[in-house]
Amino acid sequence: MSAQTIVVDPVTRIEGHLRIEAEFDGQVITRASSSGTMVRGIEIILQGRDPRDAWAFAQRICGVCTLVHGIASVRAVENALSYEIPANAQLIRNLMIGAQFVHDHVMHFYHLHALDWVDVVSALKADPKSTSALAQSISSYARSSPGYFADVQSRVRKLVESGQLGIFANAYWGSPLYQLPPEANLMAVAHYLDALAWQRQIIQLQTIFGGKNPHPNVLVGGTPAAISVHAGAGTATTAVNEVGLQKVAELIDQMRMFVDEVYVPDILAIASFYKDWFKKGYGEGTGNFMTYGDFPATGSQDPKTFLVPRGAILGRDLSRILEVDVTSQDDIQEFVAHSWYDYRGGKETGLHPFKGETQLNYSGPQPPYQHLDTTASYSWIKSPRWKGHAMEVGPLARILMLYASGHAPTRALADKSLAQLGLPLEAMFSTMGRTAARAFESKILADAMPGWYGALMANIKAGDVRTFNEKLWEPSTWPRHAQGVGFMEAPRGALGHWIVIDDGRITNYQAVVPSTWNAGPRDPAGVEGPYEAALKGQTIRDPKQPLEILRTVHSFDPCLACAVHVLDPGGEELIRIRVQ
Amino acid sequence: MITRDAATPASGQLSVGEMLLAHGIGRRGFIKFCTAAASAMALPPWMGAAMAEQLRNAARPSVVYLSFQECTGCFESFTRSFAPTIENLIFNVISLDYDDTLMAAAGDAAEAALASAMRDHFGNYVVVVDGSIPTGAGGAYCTAGGRSAVDTLREAAKGASAIICVGTCSSFGGIPFADPNPTGAWPVTAIVGGVPIINVSGCPPIPEVITGTLLQLVSTGQIPDLDEHRRPKAFFGNTIHDRCYRRPFFDAGKFAKTFDDEGARNGWCLYELGCKGPTTFNACATLKWNGGTSFPIESGHGCLGCSEPGFWDKGSFYSAESTPQWGKAGEATPKQVVELAGITAGVGAVLGTASAGVSRLRQASRQKAAEHEHQGDE
Repeated sequence: MSAQTIVVDPVTRIEGHLRIEAEFDGQVITRASSSGTMVRGIEIILQGRDPRDAWAFAQRICGVCTLVHGIASVRAVENALSYEIPANAQLIRNLMIGAQFVHDHVMHFYHLHALDWVDVVSALKADPKSTSALAQSISSYARSSPGYFADVQSRVRKLVESGQLGIFANAYWGSPLYQLPPEANLMAVAHYLDALAWQRQIIQLQTIFGGKNPHPNVLVGGTPAAISVHAGAGTATTAVNEVGLQKVAELIDQMRMFVDEVYVPDILAIASFYKDWFKKGYGEGTGNFMTYGDFPATGSQDPKTFLVPRGAILGRDLSRILEVDVTSQDDIQEFVAHSWYDYRGGKETGLHPFKGETQLNYSGPQPPYQHLDTTASYSWIKSPRWKGHAMEVGPLARILMLYASGHAPTRALADKSLAQLGLPLEAMFSTMGRTAARAFESKILADAMPGWYGALMANIKAGDVRTFNEKLWEPSTWPRHAQGVGFMEAPRGALGHWIVIDDGRITNYQAVVPSTWNAGPRDPAGVEGPYEAALKGQTIRDPKQPLEILRTVHSFDPCLACAVHVLDPGGEELIRIRVQ
Repeated sequence: MITRDAATPASGQLSVGEMLLAHGIGRRGFIKFCTAAASAMALPPWMGAAMAEQLRNAARPSVVYLSFQECTGCFESFTRSFAPTIENLIFNVISLDYDDTLMAAAGDAAEAALASAMRDHFGNYVVVVDGSIPTGAGGAYCTAGGRSAVDTLREAAKGASAIICVGTCSSFGGIPFADPNPTGAWPVTAIVGGVPIINVSGCPPIPEVITGTLLQLVSTGQIPDLDEHRRPKAFFGNTIHDRCYRRPFFDAGKFAKTFDDEGARNGWCLYELGCKGPTTFNACATLKWNGGTSFPIESGHGCLGCSEPGFWDKGSFYSAESTPQWGKAGEATPKQVVELAGITAGVGAVLGTASAGVSRLRQASRQKAAEHEHQGDE
């Protein structure tokens, strides 16, 4: 078997530690297994701590989609305590989450995914003038002169000639799987560098409201930064003063500019050379999609006001959006049949996150090892299921949900883009569809940001500068027992944190995160997780150059530190939760 | 395979100086760049010129970046540095020969890049580590390429000229080490010795502290002055409180009582809301974050103390420092802080062996200097 197994470990250009083992018949992958190979136990560490501190711990689940675990955590505490937050705080959270999406998606495409499609070495053969003509034909982006591309090309040439390729060493340059003309490669390399500089700037939005990035500060009951715009505010104001708020407007402009003028045009240009990757057999996955929904229009968490709706789609049937009840005990269950954990009721059973009894139980080979036994347990990731189905979460799920629910800007953008590529809507069920959906979503959210910003400024002008509700801050005001769920959409998909509080301390904490849904192993019925399903049937040109595997896995934007989570190791506690 | 000194460009290779010229950065511009970096690290101005000279003629030093029990927040922070920028560093100054977040190659090809960097530059490459190292389950709590983090770190340390621990996890164990440390996680200093180790702590560290420390190490070939926790004194020499723009309010006894009262809006001291600035050594109040935009206190939240050993177990982030309340209910003394003190005590012994490593590094840099002089004669 091992002679026919392709192992990719580490899967690079992701967050964290992922291993793919793919059985290969000489032409196609017949069976793929996704394994998370790192575990920390943050939920165990959270037990016994102050719920108001939990966000800081939970946020360290991931530093790439930084912020989102902090937000999900404070929402869980607020839900448990019925803790209302001021409208400004909701708007500031929307702005911070929106900035996270746009930043994360652009960096994912250029710095983690692009090199699956873009041949850096081929860029040396490009004619800078033709590159400029190509760039100007697809966008009005200012940095598109022949001289600009000549400079970038010269930098790449010197790097290659230095003989020290660094991060570009040992890669698959020259593979016939790379299909872009040299000019498109050069344009993309230039934008790789531009995106590095751009991301440093635009993330300052989180720095203004949260003090730093990565890992900005958030707060139970609101947002931490008081607004300092009142008459007589001294020089020692907070960062959220008139200068800071003006800067936020400029940063939103910069975000929208880059998405409109660089990211979306690049995606469409690159995709036009890879139309095979929109076809069946190229990463279509499970065909089941789920969203929790997010971006409330008001201070409340009412799903009816969400920009991104909540729902499930089964079997690629966009005509039926099924209702997702995040509070139901039976809807969401986690399985460990192929994970390195034990359940007292046996490894075949499924448990709702709140009944979480889990023990770390590594039963794989002792490292160093060559192969995992993928018929037994093979991952630190569990297998979550919605009503028994393996669901894909993330940008494609959200774009499909927005499209299916008739969101006009999404429909217009997707229809226009697909028409430009000469592709039907079904093309979205693919590796390249997933990658395109991420760009579409970036535009939808970047375009929504001026609205949230305008509403915040209008409140401030009307004299409402409240950002924090102190009413339930002191644990002495809390009930002895409380429990709640904080859910949201994170860049990689639906995210939920569940918390149980007794006598002011955390007695249980559980996160079910996007990459758990997407990267999880098979369930007891042998049903594959979305990565595994998407890889199955994939043609492989050269098993020594696993570009096809990287393309499909990267299209999900894996976040493995997020995906791996553990509960109470002793399994001594069975906690039932009733969510309000 | 021929082993060669990483500092000397092989035939056909471009030196750092030539690389920079290709980017329109001349000798004078480069000296300026290094002087600015030296100034940020509180080094004398002549050191900037010396750094520039050292780097100008050298092949880009090999750096391998190893990620263990981490969240990639430290690497993300690395990408946020304004001066030097990550693209300037990795394309012009260093050769980032292994880094699982950015490298194009995957799987065997990636592991081969790591192996060849360690073989070709044995004794001269710099190892950067983020994440703690789990020792439980025979190393199976963190593997890459089927190998445990412990094995990979030990192997990489053998030929390293120095190790930079980026972030509180690799420096002090960080969040995986927090009580009850479910995976048996440890900082780098607990796993390897015999090589100089610099701790650049913070959760994550300030971007410019990461790039500045790396630049100084590869350009001077010297370990910067370190404090008792092995942190560069240039960045970790003062408490945040001592340099905080809100310090006058502390001195005047003006404190914000909640996050949105008059005091909060007027920028009064956050001490009573749990700010750990008085006991936290870091450069947040001076360098600030994300291009000098703000820092936690300026954005209304107290300092978490994230660059200090054991900060996860030192009590609620919202309790004023004097309040004797620890992370877990009913625990008088945080167990993890006690354990960490044990490691810090052990560090003395490790430091003894590390000095040999420092000498090795210095010897190598002297040798490089001699070779450059020799080349100049020809």
